[in-house]
Amino acid sequence: MTRAPRVVVVGASIGGVTAAETLRREGFDGEIVLLGDERHRPYLRPPLSKQILLGEWEPDQASTHTVAQAEELDVELRTSCTARGLDVAGRVVRTSQGDLAYDELIVATGSEPRRHPLLPMALTLRTLEDALALRDGLRSAHRVAVVGAGVLGSEIASAARKHEADTLLLGRSGTLTLGGVGTLLSDRLARLHEDHGVELDLRAEIVGAESGLDGTRIELADGRIELVDLVVAMIGATPRTRWLDSSTLTIADGVVCDRGGSAAPGVSAVGDVAAWVDPFTGRPSRVEHQSNAIEQAIAVALRIARGELGTQPVPLFWSEVHGTRIHAYGWFDPERPLVEAAGDPGIQSGTSATDSAVLLSRDDTDRVRGAIGWNAPPRDFRAARAAVLRTPELITH
Amino acid sequence: MGIDVKRDACVGAGQCALVAPDVFDQDDDGIVMLLQTDPEGADLTAATKAERLCPARAITVTAR
Repeated sequence: MTRAPRVVVVGASIGGVTAAETLRREGFDGEIVLLGDERHRPYLRPPLSKQILLGEWEPDQASTHTVAQAEELDVELRTSCTARGLDVAGRVVRTSQGDLAYDELIVATGSEPRRHPLLPMALTLRTLEDALALRDGLRSAHRVAVVGAGVLGSEIASAARKHEADTLLLGRSGTLTLGGVGTLLSDRLARLHEDHGVELDLRAEIVGAESGLDGTRIELADGRIELVDLVVAMIGATPRTRWLDSSTLTIADGVVCDRGGSAAPGVSAVGDVAAWVDPFTGRPSRVEHQSNAIEQAIAVALRIARGELGTQPVPLFWSEVHGTRIHAYGWFDPERPLVEAAGDPGIQSGTSATDSAVLLSRDDTDRVRGAIGWNAPPRDFRAARAAVLRTPELITH
Repeated sequence: MGIDVKRDACVGAGQCALVAPDVFDQDDDGIVMLLQTDPEGADLTAATKAERLCPARAITVTAR
């Protein structure tokens, strides 16, 4: 007698949960074991920097499933279980709760925030606990420094203003970035922050910091001292691959996978931790967007359950900063300025940062590769999305 | 089968209206609007796809 096939999913965030769920829906009737290193049932991370931080949601509202839905899925969830190693040839994952044999493994361990070496007191944001601590900190803070000019820095600065704290946003590169859009929206985003009372310093070199009874003094290279009562550092994330270091998988800023998410026989990876080969560049690269984790998980689950070959999804990203909704779909070449879909000559100085716009990124042959909706009417953005070439000619090396 | 949407969870990504335009639409703020609660056939298949793709997990397709 042979035992039923077993899929082990390491990581119980959206990528892992979606993979488990899709396997079941596609008729996989073997065993599914979902390992999560947190003590909670699976929850969504995007609301952490949005509804939870703003105090609009209680933690339960971020759960991916109700208890009843989870039972129906027939997935064995092991919480507080940390993966510690992997034997690819023997198909065994080593965990804090013992060894576990698998037929197929899905790595979905995500990423974790980089710590700022000079700011050990800084709060950061990845887990539900982080979000609740940050929410409570923002409620009582009068002056907040947000260090990091990426999308999470912008969202947290936005939440701090909503909590009516004086807010200082510190970056180093001179620009603000937004996910896969890179710096292309930096000017527009800077105006949006300034319109909402955020003090921007995008060329701040932090040289030291000290916490005392009256708050934290952040020392800058030009001699200025900023006294704040809360510091948040969001300076990027690193893939959580340390547990795979002694395995035979190829790790290079993430688990290197082919265009279908396969890393080795019996091993796939999805989400922030996974570097699938990019269809344009031919190089493995990570995409830290939630919708990417969902679509990669669906593609891998379809391959395992039905043998269908999945492909790299089109990146979709969204954010909300000071009430302005920003959506981006597709690929954005940092060297090419965005153009307005209506054919207007791009962003003009003096244009209100909250004005609605649909912005496009075009390639050499004038084809639309990416579309951005900036407070855009949903229909307009959907029309622009449809124009993004869904099956770009693929690079074959 | 039936469909429920949680409008307070919706983030306006628009995946649903794109893959199942006969079942979902978006209001001016991008928030999901349900065009039919008991889709059948191809509409049901599309709605199930939308449920899976929804980044906010705001859509539930349930057996009735």
